[in-house]
Amino acid sequence: MRKVMLSVGVDIGTSTTQLVFSRLTMENRAGSSLAPQVRIVGKEVVYRSPVYFTPLRSEDEIDAEEAARIIRQEYRAAGVSPQEVETGAVIITGETARKRNAAGVLEQLSGLAGDFVVAAAGPALESVLSARGAGIDRLSASLGTTVVNLDIGGGTSNLAVYDCGELRGVSCLDLGGRLVKVAQGRITYVYPKLGALAAARGIRLEAGGAADRAALYRVCALMAGQLAQALRLEPRDGCHEGLYTNGGAPLPEGRPIRAVTFSGGVADCIYQENGGDCFRYGDIGVLLGQAVRENAALRTLKWLRPEETIRATVVGAGAHTTEVSGSTIRCSHGCLPLRDLPVLKVGEEASPEGVEASIRKQLPLYLPEGAPLALALHGGQYTGFAALQGLAVAIVRGADALVKSAYPVVLVLEADIGKALGNAVNALLGGGKALVCIDGIRVQGGEYIDIGMPLAEGSAVPVVLKTLVFNT
Amino acid sequence: MDEAMLDSIVERVLRELRKPPEPEPSGTGCLPDPTEIDIREQYLVEAPMHREEYAALKRNAPCRLGIGRAGVRYKTLPQLEFRAAHSAAQDAVFSDVDESFIEGQGLFLVQSRCGSKDTYLTRPDLGRRLSDAGAGMVRERCKHAPTVQVFVSDGLSSAAVEANLPDLLPALMQGLQNERIETGTPFFVKYGRVGVMDEVSELTGAEVTCVLIGERPGLITAQSMSAYVAYRATVGMPEARRTVLSNIHRAGTVPAEAGAHLADIIRVMLEKKASGTDLEL
Repeated sequence: MRKVMLSVGVDIGTSTTQLVFSRLTMENRAGSSLAPQVRIVGKEVVYRSPVYFTPLRSEDEIDAEEAARIIRQEYRAAGVSPQEVETGAVIITGETARKRNAAGVLEQLSGLAGDFVVAAAGPALESVLSARGAGIDRLSASLGTTVVNLDIGGGTSNLAVYDCGELRGVSCLDLGGRLVKVAQGRITYVYPKLGALAAARGIRLEAGGAADRAALYRVCALMAGQLAQALRLEPRDGCHEGLYTNGGAPLPEGRPIRAVTFSGGVADCIYQENGGDCFRYGDIGVLLGQAVRENAALRTLKWLRPEETIRATVVGAGAHTTEVSGSTIRCSHGCLPLRDLPVLKVGEEASPEGVEASIRKQLPLYLPEGAPLALALHGGQYTGFAALQGLAVAIVRGADALVKSAYPVVLVLEADIGKALGNAVNALLGGGKALVCIDGIRVQGGEYIDIGMPLAEGSAVPVVLKTLVFNT
Repeated sequence: MDEAMLDSIVERVLRELRKPPEPEPSGTGCLPDPTEIDIREQYLVEAPMHREEYAALKRNAPCRLGIGRAGVRYKTLPQLEFRAAHSAAQDAVFSDVDESFIEGQGLFLVQSRCGSKDTYLTRPDLGRRLSDAGAGMVRERCKHAPTVQVFVSDGLSSAAVEANLPDLLPALMQGLQNERIETGTPFFVKYGRVGVMDEVSELTGAEVTCVLIGERPGLITAQSMSAYVAYRATVGMPEARRTVLSNIHRAGTVPAEAGAHLADIIRVMLEKKASGTDLEL
């Protein structure tokens, strides 16, 4: 069995909008006498759009129609129809995520971007996507060390640390190359937080003022210094804490970071020295690149090259959002795909009574939404046949309201018991109720899950988690 | 050497012998059980250059790597672990499945043409046929011409049968029931080889025959089972007509999940009326 899926990634960022199509190849990797193990064995980016400036209607509003027009045009250029696209993600990243009409933009695009595409955003997710698009998870695994990726875009810098292939932490700061805009030798826009950072160092930075290269370089050097502080390469000053996006958290402490990579729009200005007009992009991206390159603290790390720079996030969205469930699962015919299922995380897993009570208690919070939901639990202690029967009874009792509703019963497990538990639950439901029971998926409460059409004779399903921490 | 010197040596030896015995070490008096060690987590190389990287590699598979050495030999602990694993493997082959266990699983017992473990090990051909009495019992007590005939055999690991059957068999039966697939009367074959399923298939007239059998034990686990399944098996048919699901044990495909998966394999087999290399799963 070999199955190829076309995946789309669309990234509408503060400064740029991009699209990629990737081919994901899935294959059963288990030997012929073993239970199947379907894995994604190949991820190939087959089309990269040009990098567009994000169309804006005003300083804080995306031009949704224009964005949709660009995406439609790129589908045509790639020769792809929306029906061919089976998975992927549309994300609105960076500063733009705070923009007023983000929901409207996603609505415009959701029909366009195929039948099975998610809309997700949030600084932590962006950090993960950009690092995986840049290949940092693989890089850190192959080097056996800790690598941090700094995805420096127009409005934000997304940080992700990988240690031997495992995600160790993410963070996001309001630092970027487009926080000051320049036209005809004049500053036309200053992001207020950056203005305050400059003012604290006695640098006047105001819209309408002259774009003085030396002064703006000093501002960029301040930003580079803040990035070094975020990596704990320098002591943190009084301004540092306020720079985290949406009041987010700094990187967690852990093994010291050994190596650094840069992605995002500013990355190419970091790795190469650029001559010519430093304001040619109408912002301070080129100067920020120079300042990062010349920052002594950042230079103490080993500098490496990522697989992708400016396209890291969009490649991450297109090629690294889909995963595959375990390969012995149970799905009733005809109830897939399912999209945007909120996840009810079952607590108190230690006993069937706890499971039952936990589901019963939480279910009323989810059912009034009038949409199906997924019940998630680890299940690792219920591997024996008798234990599974007890767990099945607890689930069916606790989820009584769901069983009586028109919606399918969807169970998402981490331990490899999906098919056995599915059978046990099905036996209790009498076979008449639509049931999806998948395993091999780690998911948290408060997240959303998409479950795609079955692969390999129904032995596995593709899954997209709209989550902050991905399975690796 | 003069006599005085000899005397002094004798006296010294006697003094040593008269010493009170060393006190027993405190605690329970038990040595740590080497079979309790998870060898995926065991790393015994002294002063390694890349401990964490090696440990990460080891987590992928239970291999006897990174266990250090004493000169050109194993260290004591890995040597004990190796011998414990080897003993467990031998025990699994040479012991019998407890008859009360077989009864407890709702199975009746028949025997192959082997009269003893020794015959079983030296005469594979006899392990592939039922004794006359056994064949008679199967004919008499089993439902005739069921859609699926499931039976169990010790094969080369009795330990595997006892470890997995209580989860594997009911999960398989539940899976078949869920699919509304009719099953025959299950039983147990003592001293059985995989090929005995061909005779069972002919005797019962089942459409699909499935044997759950202990695998030859290795040094990683002595508790691994396989299921061999065939569509309309006949005595003398090519081995390629058997479909196998192997590595059923708690660190492989867990038995309950394996039973559920097996039911699915049987469903597909019934749909496509083929098994082994004729059946693409």
